[in-house]
Amino acid sequence: MIAMNFRGPFRVRADRNKPDPVIEHPEDAIVRVTRSCICGSDLHLYHGLVPDTRVGTTFGHEFTGEVVEVGSSIKNLKVGDHVLVPFNIACGVCPFCKQELYGNCHESNPEATAVGGIFGYSHTAGGFDGGQAEYVRVPFADVGPMVIPPDLDLDDAVLLTDVVPTGYQAAEMGGIKEGDTVVVFGAGPVGIMAAKCSWLFGAGRVIIIDQLEYRLEFAQRFAQCEAYNFRSLSDPVLFLKKTTDYFGADVCIDAVGCEAAGSTLQTITGRKTLLQAGSATALHWAINSVKKGGIVSIVGVYGPTGNLIPIGNVVNKGITIRANQASVKRLLPKLIEHIRAGRLNPKEIITHRVPLEEVSDAYHIFSRKLDNCIKTILIPPSARA
Amino acid sequence: MKKKPEDYSHIKGWGIDADPENEPTYPIKKYTGDDHQRLSYAKPPQQPSKVEILHSNERPGLTSVFGTSSPPSGLSGLIRRHAFTYSEGNWGHWLSLILADRINVWEGIASDLLHGHIPNIFAERGWNAELKYNKKGAIQKVVTGVLVTTVAAGLLYQLTRKKKKTNWL
Ligand SMILES: NC(=O)c1ccc[n+]([C@@H]2O[C@H](COP(=O)([O-])OP(=O)(O)OC[C@H]3O[C@@H](n4cnc5c(N)ncnc54)[C@H](O)[C@@H]3O)[C@@H](O)[C@H]2O)c1
Ligand SMILES: [Zn+2]
Ligand SMILES: [Zn+2]
Repeated sequence: MIAMNFRGPFRVRADRNKPDPVIEHPEDAIVRVTRSCICGSDLHLYHGLVPDTRVGTTFGHEFTGEVVEVGSSIKNLKVGDHVLVPFNIACGVCPFCKQELYGNCHESNPEATAVGGIFGYSHTAGGFDGGQAEYVRVPFADVGPMVIPPDLDLDDAVLLTDVVPTGYQAAEMGGIKEGDTVVVFGAGPVGIMAAKCSWLFGAGRVIIIDQLEYRLEFAQRFAQCEAYNFRSLSDPVLFLKKTTDYFGADVCIDAVGCEAAGSTLQTITGRKTLLQAGSATALHWAINSVKKGGIVSIVGVYGPTGNLIPIGNVVNKGITIRANQASVKRLLPKLIEHIRAGRLNPKEIITHRVPLEEVSDAYHIFSRKLDNCIKTILIPPSARA
Repeated sequence: MKKKPEDYSHIKGWGIDADPENEPTYPIKKYTGDDHQRLSYAKPPQQPSKVEILHSNERPGLTSVFGTSSPPSGLSGLIRRHAFTYSEGNWGHWLSLILADRINVWEGIASDLLHGHIPNIFAERGWNAELKYNKKGAIQKVVTGVLVTTVAAGLLYQLTRKKKKTNWL
């Protein structure tokens, strides 16, 4: 089959002769991919920041597809079902899954205990091949995948596998109270959705911060929020303090993660020399611009070693930090309702549709933010026919 | 002045999920105490392991399922096996893995060549897209590259020539 193949940092290609996946466990299914996105998280792999990203693996954790084969114990799915597949691989029975912590399953990732299995996300997340391919093996297929309701657009469905729930959960973890000022760092797909969802929780004011003008313009329109370019603010933290009567925001959301720009020290130590697990500039700003007793919600991804953040200020200001990988499955019913009612319209963020065969260019465009790219969907040949 | 819900009428669904009971929120929203059972829960069946799978020493063995992509091999594999003798809290674990990842890139090139495939690194890096959408930047990069190489080569030539002279004397 055709599949994306990682060859090393900044080097990926579409291979034509990757063996098709097979059922390896009675609760597996094999899915023929119909849509597969590239995520900001994939960039951390692509840039060589995630340890144990092996050459030859296939990325991709946001995909929809048709079930073509099921394992002997599968009850909820049948061949021919068109499903959306949450990025978390979750068993549904371990104590963490029981508490809806589907991103923290204890039975899907032997290589690390901190995080559960994720499709196509390095061996640190379980060593699974991902969905940027024609076919993919889906473990615990009775737990995660959901048959796509007929009235749901396929483009909305694929965004429900990660970006929409992640943005929603970022707002949810912010514990937003009616009238709160919410600052979202990062106007990528995740930050844009977080800003949009903050209103659903009754935010009084939503501010989004980024450095890319085209994304800020889009976010302002799409999420109906204020948008500021940190390149034109000499000190983003001071700006946010001033605009909140010198109090600080009630809630800050980090939707940037380990490749933040904006601080030379963080960039050199975090992204160039890997002395820390990526650059923590946005998180640094979030902690410093939230009010005393405020909440910092983190969905941006960081590596496992450690980061330079002002933990002393977390103590002194009495900040609550909430963070996790998105727990996709638990949020799907509610988010589908929001889409049906027109409160969320995820597919508007899609800017690029690229044949899977052109995966090298697609990664480059998204990584370098060329051609006003916000969200890219890869489409395998069989889904284009 | 405090705004009223009417002030947000332009935002569809404003406040619809506002919930004074959203405390404690996720991740401890659905806390059940189940984790006090520790490992005594009924595990799903075990996936048979047909290739080498490394596992964190912070857990007793493999998980019920796992990925079977790119098992450890070669020099990078040796380093990965060594990495897994350290726990996840240890720098030795992660830095060894990053070192293995870098070596793995060269192993990848060697394996491509052994299979009669010369990797098109230009295309793999997506440079066609750079040329298409950022021609100026791409040209600038190439020109700088050529200049730096020429200057470096020139310097090297000068240095080696001087050496030869001194040798002569
Ligand atoms: N927790 C989860 O479940 C989960 C799920 C999906 C993505 N993520 C993570 O969320 C983050 C964002 O994902 P994305 O797809 O939107 O990525 P993206 O790369 O498209 O967007 C990141 C944005 O942050 C901006 N940025 C850089 N430095 C900044 C700074 N200092 N302040 C403000 N903005 C800054 C960039 O210009 C870019 O627009 C990534 O770290 C990704 O790994 C987490
Ligand atoms: Zn993602
Ligand atoms: Zn589980």
